[in-house]
This record gives sequence, C-alpha cells and structure tokens, in this order.
Amino acid sequence: MDAHAHDQESHGHPTPAVYVKIAVVLFILTALEVLAFEAAGGGLGPSLKPIIEPIVVLLLIVLSAAKFALVAMFYMHLKQDPRLLANIFVFPILIAAVVIGSLIVLFQYWRVQGAR
Amino acid sequence: MATSVLDHAPAIHEEKTGIWSWITTVDHKRIGILYGTTAFIFFLLGGIEALIMRMQLMKADNTLVSAEFFNSLFTMHGTTMIFLGVMPLSAMFFNYFIPLQIGARDVAFPRLNAFSYWVFLLGGLFINFSFLINAAPNAGWFGYANLTENTYSPGLNTDFWVLGLQILGIASMAAAVNFFVTIVNLRAPGMKMLRMPMFVWMSFITQILLLLAFPVITVALVFLMMDRHFGSHFFIPEGGGDPILWQHLFWIFGHPEVYILILPAFGIVSEVLPVFSRKPLFGYTAMVFSGVFIAFLGFGVWSHHMFATGMGPIADSFFAISTMLIAVPTGVKIFNWLGTLWGGSLQFRTPLYFAIGMVAMFIIGGLSGVMHASPPADLQQTDSYFVVAHFHYVLFGGSIFGITAGAYYWFPKMFGRMLDERLGKVHFWLMFAGFNITFFPMHFLGLNGMPRRVYTYAAGNNFEFWNQVQTWGSLLLAFSFVVFLVNLWRTMRKPKTAPADPWKGATLEWLIPSPPQEFNFGDVPPVNSSTPAWDLRRANGGQLPEPVRVSGAGIHLPRPSVWPAVTAVGVLLVIGSVLFTHAFSKWWFITLTGAAILFYGVYRWAFEPPFPEEH
Amino acid sequence: MSHAMPAPHVLAHPEGSQHESHPTTTGIPSRKLALWTLIGSECLFFASLISTYLVYKGRSLVGPLPHTESQCMLEGQMQACEPIIEIPLVTFGTAVLLFSSFFIVLALYGAQKGKRGMLVGWLAATVISGLFFVGMQVYEFQHFFHKGMGYSTNLFSSSFFTLTGFHGSHVTVGVIWLATLLVLAIRGKLGPGKALNLEIAALYWHFVDVVWIVIFPVVYLMR
Repeated sequence: MDAHAHDQESHGHPTPAVYVKIAVVLFILTALEVLAFEAAGGGLGPSLKPIIEPIVVLLLIVLSAAKFALVAMFYMHLKQDPRLLANIFVFPILIAAVVIGSLIVLFQYWRVQGAR
Repeated sequence: MATSVLDHAPAIHEEKTGIWSWITTVDHKRIGILYGTTAFIFFLLGGIEALIMRMQLMKADNTLVSAEFFNSLFTMHGTTMIFLGVMPLSAMFFNYFIPLQIGARDVAFPRLNAFSYWVFLLGGLFINFSFLINAAPNAGWFGYANLTENTYSPGLNTDFWVLGLQILGIASMAAAVNFFVTIVNLRAPGMKMLRMPMFVWMSFITQILLLLAFPVITVALVFLMMDRHFGSHFFIPEGGGDPILWQHLFWIFGHPEVYILILPAFGIVSEVLPVFSRKPLFGYTAMVFSGVFIAFLGFGVWSHHMFATGMGPIADSFFAISTMLIAVPTGVKIFNWLGTLWGGSLQFRTPLYFAIGMVAMFIIGGLSGVMHASPPADLQQTDSYFVVAHFHYVLFGGSIFGITAGAYYWFPKMFGRMLDERLGKVHFWLMFAGFNITFFPMHFLGLNGMPRRVYTYAAGNNFEFWNQVQTWGSLLLAFSFVVFLVNLWRTMRKPKTAPADPWKGATLEWLIPSPPQEFNFGDVPPVNSSTPAWDLRRANGGQLPEPVRVSGAGIHLPRPSVWPAVTAVGVLLVIGSVLFTHAFSKWWFITLTGAAILFYGVYRWAFEPPFPEEH
Repeated sequence: MSHAMPAPHVLAHPEGSQHESHPTTTGIPSRKLALWTLIGSECLFFASLISTYLVYKGRSLVGPLPHTESQCMLEGQMQACEPIIEIPLVTFGTAVLLFSSFFIVLALYGAQKGKRGMLVGWLAATVISGLFFVGMQVYEFQHFFHKGMGYSTNLFSSSFFTLTGFHGSHVTVGVIWLATLLVLAIRGKLGPGKALNLEIAALYWHFVDVVWIVIFPVVYLMR
C-alpha cells in the first residue's frame, strides 16, 4: 500500500441507468420473496409440510442474499471501490454468521419449532 | 544536523496550560496522559478493593466486612481492573505511541479521541459513584442472569453496573474506530503493514476485537436492562427466557475481551525485548500472523467458560479443542520472544526486567489455562481459587507486568525524564515476589477445594495458612507500588533532560525530542524496514544526533474543541437516566435533556471546522 | 469530524483548507473508512439481536404469535388469538425503504456532478421515504398494542420490538442526518467538493436498508 497523492475515487462510475436496473431487480426479488411465502401457505392456516418449509427457508435466504449483494456491490459501490472496504464489510459478516449459526446450534433452534 | 542538545526555541505552537486547555485538548499525547493518570488512579482503587478482600480472607470466619459488601468488592475489583484499569492503561499507550510509531501527526479523528476519554472518565465516575450511596454492583463482573434480574438483585447495584458498562462501551468503540482508521490510513510513506512496529500490530488487532466484541455485550446489557426496567423476560425462566443465553452473549464478548487485555502487553514486550537484546525481533512475520490467528480463533472458544452448564458432550468437545488449539499461536509468540533474547547483548535495565517477568508469568498462567481447556479437569477447577490463580497470572503477570515494562520504557519519551534505575529494580523485585506469593498458593487452595467469591471460610478446612501467606504477599505487592509512586514523584521533580533515544530504540518515536513537540515530527525519514531508527543509526555509523526542536512554522494542527466533552455529558445523561425508572415517573425528562445536550454537542462538533484557518 | 494526516512534508508548508485532498495511505478518505468500520461493527450488533430472535422463536409461553394461532391474555383471560403479522403493509414499507436506497444513489450522483436540482429532489425523496418507513413501523407497533401485544407480553414481542426498534432508531438517525444534509443542499452548500459528506451518509443509509433486507424475511416471512 503506497501513499497516494490524490484520493482514489472509483473509476467507472455506474450511470443512473444502471442504478435503475438494480432498483427494478431489487423490487422483483422482494416480490419473489413474498410470493414464496404466500405460495407456501402464507400467514394463516396450518403449518407447512416439513419438506416444503426448508425449501422456502432456503429460497428466502438465497433471495435476500442476492438483494444484500446487489445493494452492497452497486449502491454501496464495493464493486468499484478498493478491496479493503469490501474486506472490512465481509469479515465481520463472517464472524456474525458464526455467532448466529453457533447460537442456533447451541440452542437447538430447530427442535422447539415442532413442539407445540 | 545540529548537535546542540534540546534547544528550547519558542515554537509557533506554544503548549497551552491551564485546565481549560486540558478539557478542550485534542492532542493525542495529552489525551494519552489523561487516560494514563485516570486509569492509574482507578487501578489503585481496584487494588484497595483487593487488599480489603485479602484482609477479610486472612482468617477463618472473619468479620472485617459483611458478605454483601464483599460481593461488591469482588465485583468492583474485577470491573475496575478490567474496564477502568488495564484497558485504559493500554489506551494511554495507544494514544501516545500509535501516531508516533507510524509517523503521523495525530490520530485520524482527534476530537473523537477526546470524546472517548471524557466518556471513559464519566463512565468510571458513574459506576464508582454507586459506592457513595451503598449501591455498588455486587453480582460479579460478569453479571450472570438471572441473579442480576430484579427478583434477586432488586436494588440499584446492578443498574449501575449495566449502565456503567454501556457508557464505557461507547468510549471503547469510538476509540477502536479511531485507531483502526489511524493505523490503516495515516502511516508514513514506506511503512507497509508488515513494517509496522509490533506494538502497532497488536494494537491494531485489539481494535478489531473491540469492534467485533463490544456490540455483543451491548445487546446482552440491553436485554438485561429491558428485563429489569421494562418487563421483558429475556433471561427470566418464568417468562420462557433462558439465563444461559446471557452467558453465551456475555462470553462471546468476554473471551475476545481477554485478548483485548493481553495483546497490547504482548506488543509492548515485542518492542522491549529486541531493544534490550540489541537484536531484531525473532520471527516478525510469525509474530504478526500468530496474533491474527489468536484474535480470529478467539471468537471460537467462548464456551470454555461454560463447561459446567451442561451444554452436552459435542459442544464441550468442540470448545475444548478450539481452546487447546489457541495455545499454539501463543506458544509461537513465547518461543519467538525467547529466540529474541537468545544470543542477544542483554541490557539489564528495568524495562527488560518487567518484560522478561511478563513472559515468565504468562507462561505459568497459560499452563493453568490449558489445564482449564479440558472439560473434565475444568469441572474440578471451575469456580475455585485455581481459576483465580490462572487469570491473575495472565492478567497481572501478563498485562500489568507488560504495561509496567512499557511505562518504564516509554516514560522518558513522554515526560522527558528518566525514572530512577535502582528504584525501578527494587520495584520489580518487590512486585515479582509479592505477586507470586499472593497468587501462586491460589493454585493449591483451588485444588484443595476453596471456592471463589466467598467472603469467608470455616476454620476446619485447612485454608487458613495459604490465605495468610497470600495476604502478606498482597501487602508486599502493594508496597511495590509505593516504591513506584516514590520513583514517579521524585522523577517528576527533576528537569526534563532525557535524551531523545535513551535506550537505542528501533522505532520512529525515538527520533524526536523527549517529550515530543506538539506536532510530533518536522520531517519523517523514509521507512524501509520495521526498524527505521536502527537503520538511521547504522547509516550514521552507529550514532544518532540529538534531534533539534524546530519552530513548526506552517504546520497546522487541529484546533482544541469543547464539543467532545459536551457530547460526552449528553451520553452520560441519556444512558444514566435509566437509573431512575423506578425512582420517579418522569425519569425520561433526564433522557430528553441528555439527548438535547448530545444533539447540540454533535451538531456543534460537526459544523466546527477542525482546523483553525477554515470557515 | 476532523481528521489529522500523516506527518510528511505535505504539511510543512501552509496549506489552504482543502481537507478532502489529504494524502492517506490507502487513498480512501478517513471518514469513509471510518463509516465502513462502523458498519462492520454494527453487523455484530444486529447479528446478536437476530440470533436472539431466532433462538427464542417458538419458545413464547403465551401468544400472540407471528404466523400461527395461539392463546393470548386479553382482558384478564386467556383467549384464542390470531397470528399477528400482517404482510401487506410491511411489504410496502420494505419496498419503500428499498427504493430509498435507489433515490439516494441518484441524489449522490447529482451531488457529484454538481446538479443541484437532481440532488435536492432525490435527497428529499429519500428523506420522505425514510419518514414513511418509520411511520409504517410506528403504525404497525400501535396496531400490535391494540391487539394485545405489548413489549413485555412474551418472548416474541420482546425480541421483535427490540430488533425492529433498534433498526427503526437507526433509520431515524439516518433521516435526521439526511435531513440536515438536505438543508445544506438547498442552501447550495453540498457541491461536488462536499459530495463526500453525502456519500458517507448514503453508505450508512444503504447499510440500514441492508439490515432490513435480512430482518424482513427472517421475522416476517419465515414461519
């Protein structure tokens, strides 16, 4: 890392057109999330069959991760910015995932769901 | 270069005096001194708490203090030593020496730096104020639920603890952001990451740990506060909550916290040993990466504090293995320190004594730590004096010995005077003897069954002999600090005649006068290795001319500001107001007042130009 | 906030007040780096809140529950009560918050290119969207109170309100910050030379949106 004389602003600024496209994709992904929820039984009614529910959960995770990545890479500029900034974001996310995952496992989150 | 010694030519930047200049200072060196002085006073207070405990435990069935007061003593001793002692003492060195060692004028955000100090001071005063109304925290420094819930802790004691820690957490977080950005962004040209001094590296890792660990305890404290004041049941079984969740959240913070406590001391030792062995640090890269590995792995071991809670064999095994694994990079460091000393031309001065003492004591503490890593063994050791022995060896033998080494090493730079060598060595031997006499027998007591956190013990248990020995040891330990205070007092009355580089140091801080001028450096020499001062010395045929004090014309420094202190008061009021929810119904007036002060302080701060010439 | 700089000769001569062009080791402005650092730290903060929500999911002793029927304590007796989550309003609020990230990106573009009209317009849209989101949450909370769910009713309510409450307060801080910048923009004080101020606020705003991207499915869409 050498000293720079000027601030290293991002090269290849996305244009507003790109931002619009991202916004549309984000909206569609959100709609898909809600559709997945509704298609799987929605807010009312009996609990889902055990086989469908994990699929829906996985789908929701994938969709929200995609939204997360799009906002981070394009709106927050991580794609064009120095890699250091992405690392500063990603490393804590990994630790956070470890924390969430560990607590879920330690408290056996999945066990209690069935018991009612 | 001129050869005149310490020409006190008047600089354009006159050092201001007077209390207002200290309240509004944004100079990292002054803030470092503020931290150090305040922390040292709190450290002595924590020491007095310890001494009272030792007097109480000297005899069986003693009645010097009540059981309730004893609970407050061990709670406040732990809380004080960790949050008001070791951490801010480390912060003293972060503040003073990180900018100097990387060749910068100040930290990245000088006003945020001042803010951190004022919040720390107010938080420390807040939590100790509780003593004056007989409501000192008394549920242990780790505040286990549901002992800390209203049912079992109805008074204000636990509230002082919860809210005090929240206030202190803000200080730590702000400082961590500041030092992280400073180290990443303000290094002198040529100072790549792998050329930074080891103290800066270990401090850097410490800031990352602070940033990742403190949010977790913040959430845990919020939950506890909600339980106590707003009716939730996060940790109350009757409402479906699980007290074990507190333990998990606390220790997810708590374990990285102990690395926060030890890594700066590791960094200091890695500075002192090479200088006093006249040899480069053995295995610089391995030292860096072992520090990184310790920090990262430190997030995967926390439940070794919970082996007795019935997590089950799989969880126990996982955490046992990860805990044993973390001994490996620690071992690497110890061998590298020994490798640094080996074959070196040892200069037996006080800093070296304390540094070697640190390594030796930490090895002992580390060994008892590895013993705790085995769950079946730990079931015998946990909650006994064996654990007390372990953590005092690593925290006192490790952190405090290391910080003391730093104090003797860096004192001439900070204050322009050399501490007396003879008194320093007396201090060392008294502290070394007193420390070991106090804490080594705790291993025996623990294995013989004496529990922790008990205010007394019955006569027939065979505990009395070692407890007496320990109490005498603690008095010897306390006396060693008197020697240090005498040394301090006598030294501060001498004129400032210390040279810039009394120890033939390797790093940039030794190239500027003692004490440094307000702007630190006139010009920073190019940095081509991790030992730039040694490089210059070698290039100059073994000599380094005494640096001249320059006028500093044209160097603009950040202007002093009162807004950090004002904002800190706002923080105190907003958080402290929760203390009054049970006292009167309009308690939130205090919150709103605090918020108003906070907002006003922040806005004035944001719109104030940081440098004098700006509009 | 002020930021100091590394010591080299750049500082030895008197300089004007252009503090955006201070040399930094990485080339990244210190304040921007600081905000990313804060964002990293906040990930752990919200992770702890989300973990607790998940750990306590399904463990409430009484209702109301988010997606299933249960027994609630209403008017002094246990009665049957319906699932309390209502998707349509929250989905709309989610979409608004998502679009606000889009609005602020356009506002930043306007600031960087010196297009004051674009800046002010889209920044105002962002502020209004943020206010709408907060308003939606307040309305939702009120609605829950009326259906018998207070803060301390059960584990679901406590963990729900704490998680979404902290998120909402982060949004509120963002709204105040952006509103302040909006006033500056209207007064013409947020030109290209000062665009960094908006860029940093925008990063915070996107982060707040990103946290909601995680919270929305976890709390509202996962049964």
